[in-house]
Amino acid sequence: MSDITTPQTADAAAASTTPVLTVAGLTIGIGSRKNLKSIVKGISLALTPGRIQGLAGESGSGKTVTSLAMLGLLPSNAVVGGSIRLGDTELVGMTHRQLNDIRGRRIAMIFQDPSSSLHPQLTVGTQLTDHVKRHLKMSAKQARAHAIELLDRVRVPNPAEALARYPHQFSGGQRQRIAIAIALACDPIVLLADEPTTALDVTVQAGILHLLRDLADERQLAVLLVTHDLGVMSAIADDIAVMRHGEIVESNVRSEIFVNPQHAYTRELLASLPGAAGFEEASE
Amino acid sequence: MRKRWLKIPAAWITPLGVIGAVIAITWVGIAFTARLWVPFDPLSQDLPRLQAPGIDTLMGTDALGRDIFSRLMTGASVTIPLALMLVLMSLVVGTLIGAIAGYFGKWVDELLMRLTDLVMAFPTVILAMVVAAALGPSLFNAVIAAFVVSWPQYARMTRSIVLGLRTQNYVMAGRLMGFSPFKTLRVDIAPNVVGPILVLASLDVGTAILLLSGLSFLGLGAQPPTAEWGSMISAAIQNFDSWWIGLFPGLAILTVVMAFNFVGDSLRDIFDPTSQVSRAGARS
Amino acid sequence: MSELLEVSDLVIEYHGATVVRAVDEVSLTIAPGEVLALVGESGCGKSSLARAVVGMEKPRAGAVTYRGSEVPLLGVRRRRAQFTSIQMVFQDPNSSLNPRIRVGQQISEGIRAAVERGDEGSQPEEWLERVGLPIEMVSRYAHELSGGQRQRVAIARALAARPDLLVADEPISALDASSQASVADMMRKLALDAGAGLLFISHDLAIVRLIADRTVVMYRGKIVESGVSDLIWNDPVHPYTRALISAIPEPDGKGNLPAAPAADAPEEWRMTLPEALDRA
Repeated sequence: MSDITTPQTADAAAASTTPVLTVAGLTIGIGSRKNLKSIVKGISLALTPGRIQGLAGESGSGKTVTSLAMLGLLPSNAVVGGSIRLGDTELVGMTHRQLNDIRGRRIAMIFQDPSSSLHPQLTVGTQLTDHVKRHLKMSAKQARAHAIELLDRVRVPNPAEALARYPHQFSGGQRQRIAIAIALACDPIVLLADEPTTALDVTVQAGILHLLRDLADERQLAVLLVTHDLGVMSAIADDIAVMRHGEIVESNVRSEIFVNPQHAYTRELLASLPGAAGFEEASE
Repeated sequence: MRKRWLKIPAAWITPLGVIGAVIAITWVGIAFTARLWVPFDPLSQDLPRLQAPGIDTLMGTDALGRDIFSRLMTGASVTIPLALMLVLMSLVVGTLIGAIAGYFGKWVDELLMRLTDLVMAFPTVILAMVVAAALGPSLFNAVIAAFVVSWPQYARMTRSIVLGLRTQNYVMAGRLMGFSPFKTLRVDIAPNVVGPILVLASLDVGTAILLLSGLSFLGLGAQPPTAEWGSMISAAIQNFDSWWIGLFPGLAILTVVMAFNFVGDSLRDIFDPTSQVSRAGARS
Repeated sequence: MSELLEVSDLVIEYHGATVVRAVDEVSLTIAPGEVLALVGESGCGKSSLARAVVGMEKPRAGAVTYRGSEVPLLGVRRRRAQFTSIQMVFQDPNSSLNPRIRVGQQISEGIRAAVERGDEGSQPEEWLERVGLPIEMVSRYAHELSGGQRQRVAIARALAARPDLLVADEPISALDASSQASVADMMRKLALDAGAGLLFISHDLAIVRLIADRTVVMYRGKIVESGVSDLIWNDPVHPYTRALISAIPEPDGKGNLPAAPAADAPEEWRMTLPEALDRA
């Protein structure tokens, strides 16, 4: 395996807090016992409160599978090895029931397509309050107040009115904000964001990026940002790990990845960008 | 390269599919050869009456002294070919009508689909009684009655597939290249309809056998003294304590219907678009 | 200069529970050997316009004229040979290829269209080479290829018909980020080599400015800004174009958040600025 510089060693001064979620030597294989396909081949990551850890890579690099593994959402024919620790709790090998308690409560996730993560036939209010009532044991009234506060936090206009509406009555950007509100409902410490802006228009994406950055800063959320879009990475990720073929080929603080990439693959990715330095010269 | 699609991929071989195929092929083989090798004339009444199964008469004799084994085997050659013919007729007519409705759309579709709605509203058994009353009860008339009500399901399925395919990009691309409507149907649409229709047809063979036997049981199909499974069971009702008269035709119907259902189910798995192996061999 | 394609005052409406005007009196032209980009966000009507150009959408008003004759609607009947020189590349590479026919055969259909029009014949392998795929792929099926490879095959098939107008509806948005710019660039080169006009539809201004001679920016069915690509990218005058460009996060590693417009689209985005149109 390649030797990886973790963000902690490279940026020891900035990482003032200890990681809340640590992935060490994670391996994931999918398939039958005879025909096991190795998807993730021993990767290590650490998520720290208040920091956004980017996970970059092309489709098929294993980045989405990695984030699903943290939630225990892999298909039943997946074989997981290594360790995912949330604080002192080991998540690998947990039963579905134990994971259920952690999912949504301590670790929350938002997906690429907000319309598929929201229930089309329930009002936004129901979806927001169901969650808190179950996990935080709030009364209906408290839950409603909490929901309004959350919607206000993610800047959905007229939160009280929005509670009574259905997901299809909102635009794509607003739906993603609502999905973020639901993810935040139980005050998680880790937020996994899998291509959260890929399905959105750039003008809408910009707003979501602002929101994610603010949430990480204010709530001291540890965020894992999975995206193939290096522009998005550059805008909000603090640390970036570049993944290819199930391995992390390079991991460093943002500026180093962009300004001083070490691995050939990282350089290749950067060179392919339309806004990359190479292009500017070509257009002159 | 050319050999690859001649070989049956391993994934096609499922236990139930193989069992079903073996039983179904055996029965079809019996149906077409039975008259050559049965020990007794199925219609001659010169054996002892109501004889229990034994060495001479494998499955016993009925109330008229006919050998049940011989009647059962020749009965296969009455029901199975007619059932296959019924399915084939429905398939050809239904698929054609469905493809026309789906491809041409608009009023053609409207007209043809209202026609299928109309036909599907007929209760099969009552329609068979009407046909029997008009044309006289015979197995062939029962087939006509069954055909009238069974083609619409093929038409419906074909129509919905064609409707979905019609707007597929590759169909559009073909038409932009100047494909004639016939070529579009043949090249871009038909190959994708074959799979689901074959599945439906193989499941339908079982249903057709059940229907034809049922009509004969009610006296609307095969007429005495023809050896037919449904009418044999019907005869067993008069001799309730001679269990062998009804049991063997019953088992025959059960095995053949189940066999075709197994075949249909495994065909469904094979043609499932998510199973990768299937597509490679679908066209030479 | 005689225009290859002329779209004049095109209106496209969808009649459902309410009438949605997807394209609202849009006019544009493409000359032979010109790459025109049509840029806008989801729902701006760019795809409807693309479909109308090839005849897959019926205009409510206005006209689409190709080499002086109106593009007929792609109905049930066979398309006349004179219009098979308009080809299209679709957004979704998964549904662009027939799953049951080998790649080589699908490209051959394009070649056949060219031959039937009286154009020169060719071999599928040539086209695979031209789009940067190994020639062994002629005997593959679509599901054996990656998304990027499928899209290249779809481009090869369209080019094999020797079009002189190629319409590409978001041809790169389903591809991996690292191949987007290169595929876009390839499309430009191949279209120009063939002397064809290219209508390139995209939501990605950053890539479009690489390959397009002129760019048209659409917002809610209307053209808000148009002209030479560099001018629009470097000096946008319409507020919507400005917002669009400043919202693109720059991959420079500096951690600058892109400017986010207000949650609700400002009214000024809908205004028409005569000086923003046809900037030379």
